Amino acid sequence: MNSVPLQISYHGLEITLANTERSFITKVWDFFCSLKLTLFLLISLSLTSIIGTVLPQGALPPQYVAEISATKLQIYTKLGFFDMYHSWWFIALLYVFSLNLVSCSIKRLPHVFKFVSEPTLVLGEGGRNSFPLKKELAFSGSIDKAKERLSEFLGKEFSAPVVTEHNGEYHLFAQKAAWSRLGVYVVHFSILVIFVGAIIGSLVGYKGFVAIVEGTSVNSFENKNGQQMPLGFEVLCEKFTASFYDTGAPKEFKSILTVLENGKPVPGYSQVKVIVNQPMTYKGITFYQSSYGQASEGGMHYVTVASRNGGTPEKITVQEGVPVTLKDGTIFKLLEATQEVRQFAPGFSGPAARIEVTRKGAAPQIFIAFKDFPEVNAQRGDALIFGYEGSNAKQYTGLQVAKDPGVWVVWLGCTLMIVGLCIAFFMSHKRVWVVVSKGQAHMYGNASKNQAAFQMQFEEISEKFQHLKI
Amino acid sequence: MTSSMLFNVTTFTYLISMIVFFAFLASRSKSLGMAGSYIAYAGLIVQTAAIGLRWKESYDMGVGHAPMSNLYESIVFFSWTIILLFAYIDIRYKYRIIGAFVVPFALLGMAWAQLGMNTGIEPLVPALQSNWLLYHVITCFLGYAAFAVACGISTMYLIKTAVEGSNSSTPAGGLMSMFPPLKALDDLNYRAIMIGFPLLTLGIITGAAWANYAWGTYWSWDPKETWSLIVWFVYAAFLHARITKGWVGKRAAWLSVIGFAATIFCYLGVNLLLSGLHSYGGN
Ligand code: HEM
Repeated sequence: MNSVPLQISYHGLEITLANTERSFITKVWDFFCSLKLTLFLLISLSLTSIIGTVLPQGALPPQYVAEISATKLQIYTKLGFFDMYHSWWFIALLYVFSLNLVSCSIKRLPHVFKFVSEPTLVLGEGGRNSFPLKKELAFSGSIDKAKERLSEFLGKEFSAPVVTEHNGEYHLFAQKAAWSRLGVYVVHFSILVIFVGAIIGSLVGYKGFVAIVEGTSVNSFENKNGQQMPLGFEVLCEKFTASFYDTGAPKEFKSILTVLENGKPVPGYSQVKVIVNQPMTYKGITFYQSSYGQASEGGMHYVTVASRNGGTPEKITVQEGVPVTLKDGTIFKLLEATQEVRQFAPGFSGPAARIEVTRKGAAPQIFIAFKDFPEVNAQRGDALIFGYEGSNAKQYTGLQVAKDPGVWVVWLGCTLMIVGLCIAFFMSHKRVWVVVSKGQAHMYGNASKNQAAFQMQFEEISEKFQHLKI
Repeated sequence: MTSSMLFNVTTFTYLISMIVFFAFLASRSKSLGMAGSYIAYAGLIVQTAAIGLRWKESYDMGVGHAPMSNLYESIVFFSWTIILLFAYIDIRYKYRIIGAFVVPFALLGMAWAQLGMNTGIEPLVPALQSNWLLYHVITCFLGYAAFAVACGISTMYLIKTAVEGSNSSTPAGGLMSMFPPLKALDDLNYRAIMIGFPLLTLGIITGAAWANYAWGTYWSWDPKETWSLIVWFVYAAFLHARITKGWVGKRAAWLSVIGFAATIFCYLGVNLLLSGLHSYGGN
């Protein structure tokens, strides 16, 4: 199309509307198809992503807010820096990225399909000179016989050729793995598939948390906004146990869960062991072991008090934090207790409590009373020896709750990406032409990847080629 | 014999290999180059034995697990994969001189691990008790090692262009004549990244799969995850730069160096400077 620059005069300014509307669209299209834009986007995405790894994301810790200046806080908040991966500009970058990917594929795929489905059967002069791999063979037989022999030879050594007659010459064309040219597009497509999976997850999936006290059940969970959402069934926590290595490092956090429908255990979902790295899924909802603790309400602790002079120890039932006055006027208070002390006091194990003892007229003393180490208990306190016998307080298990119907789409995309990368990098479209003319034949070769490996194969074939008797 | 002694031998061997490679650079004596390679291979064999022995020792202690669970073990594995990939490139492409630019990375890792870190075998905490740990660590570190090799090669490329100028039709003599031609370096850089990129991709995917299995979220934009994505973006930029006019050669080599710097930050910087979910290097 021929477009004449349009000149208009406006307040003495010469404005040139150089191109027509059509070429404007072409320009926009070319912009979205360009690899320069791809590079710009990839580099922008890497640079901007750094922000979110340096600044806190989500709910800001109070000490951070206290440290940062008010203007900075305001600007960062305006720019969405505290939730940057969901900010409008980051999402916009991802949209342009997808657009770039789609337009680039739309522009190139037809060419690639054509290249694969309609290969160059006849090798012109240009092609002959541009391929670095070539070999020559002289023969004395007829050209038709040579064509037959060479076709058969190529079919056996490489792949069956297509024969075309052109200007009194025969062009034999054979290729392998032409479809490997599509590997790159599989990779690009897979990125879009992953995006689709992520979008499905964010639209219909949800995440939340539930705490279940041992021996009780729940039928709802708390979502991210703090609202209670129904599960549609009940989950009963039969038992929770935490175990530790001798060093005090945690070894296993284990919940035994049972799913109930209409108050009855569901077959196959009774007494299920859930540990970190081993979740339980029921009706598409998955429960992950994530925390635990002591249920605070109503727990009673058992403390023993014995006189250093002997006599039977007295067993006292106390509540956490509530002071108790003994007969001799000593006041004591259980500050906190744990059923497994190893993580706090390496070298010890079992239940233990921190207690505060105030003798009449003396300063308060704080020490730890153990269940399983009476000899250690005996070293503490003065006239009275305190021991800890455990508690009837229940533990609760904290479970992460999640449902994500898009996750399978994401895994499908990931699989496609790996397959596509392997095709794009490790497979090669190999082509061989043999041009047979009178008394001589020329062989040419080209590979889309790993030229060096193909060269060896080419040399090998052409070695045999030259020993053909025609 | 303990694995710890063998790791010390490994470190020492890599040191010797590096010195011999530097002597090779200075003297251009072929036999020195060969010696440098063989010493590095010997180190690789000792290190392989040491890793196997440490694995067995953990079982003897009753806390059996693959030796890839903390910063020390991961650095040792990283060094091992670097030398393994160097061996592959040395044997396959016969550009021995690359050793002078790659073995130092492995030595640095081993020296830091042996001298500056707690080498004790620790039991696995619940979060790490998963086979995904193995798949994730192996794929990530093989990828990182390929990027280390690519970075060494790109460094050679940049040195060579700086010395010879942009006019590569008049190759400089001397030291530069030992370097492979620019075109070969460019090609090797690409090949190393062609190995590393799918492995990094697989590393990110196995990490996401594991996170999904353990926490119910395959992606949470935690700093470690984000940095691995940044590294992935940089190498994706590298791959596209190579097919874009005006970005081939020097700029692509720079992208490869920047990519490796980002890799190292992803591996160490995130743990040492930023906070997140990953447990390596917390203490
Ligand atoms: C906006 C996004 C993107 C666009 C427009 C784009 C476009 C392209 C184009 C036009 C090619 C050349 C194809 C050919 O050789 O005919 C290509 C190659 C490639 N792209 Fe992309 N790309 C994008 C993002 C990505 C991403 C994120 C990846 C990450 C996996 C990727 C992986 C590849 C690979 C592996 C190749 C092959 C490179 C090679 O053979 O050396 N692309 N891309």
